[in-house]
Amino acid sequence: MDSLVAQYSQPAYASEGYSQDEQQELSEVTPPLSLKFALPPVAQPSAWLRAMTDDYSNPNCPIKIAHGTTTLAFRFQGGIIVCTDSRATAGSWIASQTVKKVIEINNCLLGTMAGGAADCQYWLAYLGMQCRLHELRHKRRISVAAASKILANLVYSYKGMGLSMGTMCAGVTPQEGPALYYIDSDGTRLAGNLFCVGSGQTFAYGVLDAEYRYDLTEQEALDLGRRSILAAMHRDAYSGGSINLYHVKEDGWVKHGFSDMNPIFWDTKLTKGEFSNVVTSMD
Amino acid sequence: MEVLLGITGKDFTIIAASKAAMRGATVLKATDDKTRELNAHNLMAFSGEAGDTIQFAEYIQANIQLYSMRNATELGPAAVSAYVRGEVASALRSRRPYTVNLLLGGFDPIKEKPSLYWIDYLAAMADVPYAAHGYAQYYCLSILDKHHRPDISLDEGIKMLGMCTDELKRRLPIDFKGVYVKVITKDGIRELEFGNDKAVLPA
Repeated sequence: MDSLVAQYSQPAYASEGYSQDEQQELSEVTPPLSLKFALPPVAQPSAWLRAMTDDYSNPNCPIKIAHGTTTLAFRFQGGIIVCTDSRATAGSWIASQTVKKVIEINNCLLGTMAGGAADCQYWLAYLGMQCRLHELRHKRRISVAAASKILANLVYSYKGMGLSMGTMCAGVTPQEGPALYYIDSDGTRLAGNLFCVGSGQTFAYGVLDAEYRYDLTEQEALDLGRRSILAAMHRDAYSGGSINLYHVKEDGWVKHGFSDMNPIFWDTKLTKGEFSNVVTSMD
Repeated sequence: MEVLLGITGKDFTIIAASKAAMRGATVLKATDDKTRELNAHNLMAFSGEAGDTIQFAEYIQANIQLYSMRNATELGPAAVSAYVRGEVASALRSRRPYTVNLLLGGFDPIKEKPSLYWIDYLAAMADVPYAAHGYAQYYCLSILDKHHRPDISLDEGIKMLGMCTDELKRRLPIDFKGVYVKVITKDGIRELEFGNDKAVLPA
């Protein structure tokens, strides 16, 4: 009798989601935990792990984290260009060539990722959440200045505890127009026209500074952003993979592809004659 | 933060070296010439450990000239580079190696070809169209990757050097007091006037 009553007196939401039977079924379909996960293709995975971990220098942070990157963003007459590579490294190991280092916080705000991949991913997702809450509370979209300050204050509260991130927040809002901020895990927060962040930053700065003007056309700006990242991917061993390109405009950002660097490099070399130090024949 | 740059073109090689001589946090001299003429068509620029640099450069200079006197022959860029590399290499495994990084700019008057050799203190050598040593590598190689062509004129080469020094002034935290610019052509080595006074600020 009790079970009969319980069956018909459950609250309305109790039947939402998966039923007990369905849950059972799902848990049986997923494979049991096995030890057949991918190992790095090296002779001694254990020795490799030893090299990747350094609990001697910092016992609180025993795993070395992904570091190398090139990211750039610059303001120009038509908005903001944001461009990144897509390589993740852990020491000399290329952990991934397909990382999304541009984080879409909302349809007007972008964040870039340099430094610890996990730190950036987690805290920029958290920033996205805070921005949405701000929107709901105040009935208008957050300014880039405010959003970047949420992140800067947050990382500053963790200062000295091993966070590692160098990020840029780019967005266009009615109050500020196009705005670009650099935030790093030291707690630095800077507004500016042009930033490059990561191990390949100097190479990107080299190409970008030489031809940067505020009155660049949209096509020139996209090309310069792409070419600057390519320069860094070519010279910096810790940058590579694909070129991820975004343009932030008044009515939101537009993605201009996630394109493999290799054909772009050879096209740049062979059709424009650049990279003349790379030889294609032995003589 | 010493700057060494080298660029080759159609019929010349440019060598640029920063003027600042620094020890610790002090600029001892703002008109230091970090180059030595090895012979009529070969110029060597050097950076690295204080003391080692000039000792090594003048030793090489003297020996190259001695060789020419004894054998009544001028050494070409390839021969000079092989000799210099050999000296760095044998010093490397000695009790006291030379900690010097070098750029060898040359012009071969027989083949009528410019040449540039990049040599580091570990005696690695590369024959390259453009080169840099020290922090300048990080800022300038990407610029040269983009703008350099093998058949550029001297004017274009100087313009490219200007892009490089502008970027260094913009981004290097320490003032290197401008550069001396020397060019090697079929007529030999000469110094060029180079405007170092332009102030450049980050965007």
